[in-house]
Amino acid sequence: MIFRIFEKKELRSLFEILAAHNKIVGPVEIGRDKDKNPVYAFAEVSDFNSIKLNYTTTKLPAKRYFLPFQEDLSTFRIEAGNWQKTIDYNAKEPLIFFGLHACDINALNKLDKVLLHSVYPTPYYAAKRKNMFIIGIDCVPQSFCFCRSMGSDTALHGFDMFITDLGAKYFVEILTDTAYNFLKNIKTEEPKEKDHVLYMKTAAERNKKFTAQVETTDLAKILDMEFQADVWKQWGDKCLACGTCSNVCPTCYCYGVEETVNIDLKGARKTKSLYSCNLIDFAEVAGGHNFRPERHTRLKYRYYHKHRGFVEAFEESLCVGCGRCGQSCLAGINVPEVIASVRGGKIK
Amino acid sequence: MKPKLKFTDVTTQPPDTQRRKNDLSSFEYTHRAEITSVYPLTDMETIYRIQVIDPEERRRFKFVPGQFVMLEMPGIGEAPFSISSSPSIHGEVELCIRKAGNLTNFLSKVGRGSHVGIRGPFGTGFPMEEMRGQNILLIAGGLGLVPLRSPIAYVQENRSHFKEVNIIYGTKSPAHLLFQYQYDVWSKDDINLNIIVEKTDPAWKGSVGLITESLLKILTGRDSEFYHNTYAIVCGPPVMFKFVCNMLNKFHVPMQKMFVSLERRMHCGMGKCCRCNVGSTYTCLKGPVFDYWTVMNLKEAI
Repeated sequence: MIFRIFEKKELRSLFEILAAHNKIVGPVEIGRDKDKNPVYAFAEVSDFNSIKLNYTTTKLPAKRYFLPFQEDLSTFRIEAGNWQKTIDYNAKEPLIFFGLHACDINALNKLDKVLLHSVYPTPYYAAKRKNMFIIGIDCVPQSFCFCRSMGSDTALHGFDMFITDLGAKYFVEILTDTAYNFLKNIKTEEPKEKDHVLYMKTAAERNKKFTAQVETTDLAKILDMEFQADVWKQWGDKCLACGTCSNVCPTCYCYGVEETVNIDLKGARKTKSLYSCNLIDFAEVAGGHNFRPERHTRLKYRYYHKHRGFVEAFEESLCVGCGRCGQSCLAGINVPEVIASVRGGKIK
Repeated sequence: MKPKLKFTDVTTQPPDTQRRKNDLSSFEYTHRAEITSVYPLTDMETIYRIQVIDPEERRRFKFVPGQFVMLEMPGIGEAPFSISSSPSIHGEVELCIRKAGNLTNFLSKVGRGSHVGIRGPFGTGFPMEEMRGQNILLIAGGLGLVPLRSPIAYVQENRSHFKEVNIIYGTKSPAHLLFQYQYDVWSKDDINLNIIVEKTDPAWKGSVGLITESLLKILTGRDSEFYHNTYAIVCGPPVMFKFVCNMLNKFHVPMQKMFVSLERRMHCGMGKCCRCNVGSTYTCLKGPVFDYWTVMNLKEAI
């Protein structure tokens, strides 16, 4: 890994140089919530002033840029009873992500494992993922962030460069030659020992700010043991089965496919839409049998997949601890409380 | 040098069918196939014989008993179906399909000569080679006979490889019996056919009751050599698995020799959509054929 350090004002130059030739996606403020706190989202940006690098967790992850909520897998031309299939992976140009937090980068790394590096890699994801240039940025832990418990509070790979705010300067980790060459366009220096000390001090201070946590010791085993536990039923009674948790989750990738005939009857399309395992018909089969008809069985399945199944397959959890699901849940269900209750704690 | 990112076009990546982990092109690839024959079995079920059109693809299209394909009617839908024909015929599958949803109702209206899309074959199969020299119990409830017709065909073609072979087949009523035209041939190939129906009709002369009663008759009074050297293949409605597997277990048929074929909703067949997950195991990748030991370790499997 190569490290550099640069004056804060240089970042604007870097942005402007990159923006002149590339499409950039970054965190912007899109409004205020009921408590007057800013609401952030990832959007296309061309002006450095509209990008909010000190943003707190966005309501929605950056998922729509690599796993869009809805996309056509293929289209058909239908003529005289015959059909021709056209496949388009829906990627047209490279994208620069300017300012992703470590949790969201780790989410991409987890998605890569199942969507890129398993049997039957997904070309729709690959086509977009291979055209992403990622500039990571450090963050201030919020009260609902439990990424440290999930080992996602720092990113070791999955980005091109990662920026940390050291007060007067930015400290940057460089992972790719592309990033290295981009940085040649601004003034950077070799970090000195005092910069390393400052970096470590900044990281240590950030660590102190984590409050929420999840005890993950033996979690995969415990979820198996407590499969019939009453707490699942209690959470199931609260759950509205709306699927918001999956919608805001940076790692939820499950989907449904539907085919439709165009109104002119000359074409058809096969459309993939992201789905949620909390929705009632998720596991319903032809003939009407539903393998998970009750809300608590579906809610349990979601935890089971994230914190057990994925661990079994890839030796890590499918949760990065960003806390978005808990923040968005209309019934106030959140991961730290659910896991604590399964481990024998009480439900508030 | 202009700081402009180069677009990486993954569509130019050549297909790599030898290494599936590297092959992006197979994901959405469908074999164009033709429905060459439509054979109605009952009011609800029809056998479709479907042939891959391209001669080279046809030659390469092979499967093992127990695997499934995704069948697509452009604009109507795509769904998984168990292959119900002999694995020794390449490039062609027979699917026995019940009218149940959009796609299957539409299929019931199309005639032979229609073109459909086929992806696959996907999933695990029954280990027919391993069963050599052993007895086989093929236990099917209702539509569960459909995936068993492929191992049955395998047994017929390799009858000398196996000792005693029994089909135990239960349905709701005599009108629901599938593949009746084949029963004679199966019997002549020395496959014992034990059919039992839940509700009889005036013409029915066979057994009446539950499938477990039929199974009990076959299992009772055998020596331990029979139980230890018997493979069981079980397929049927969810409620049937538990009773049948418990009974086989009680008679000490080894758990690694009991195979079930599970049915789940699927939207991809490739371990991505998560719709088929049992516990957190993909039925499409690790199944649909599981041995009973694996099933015992899965939550909500049966």
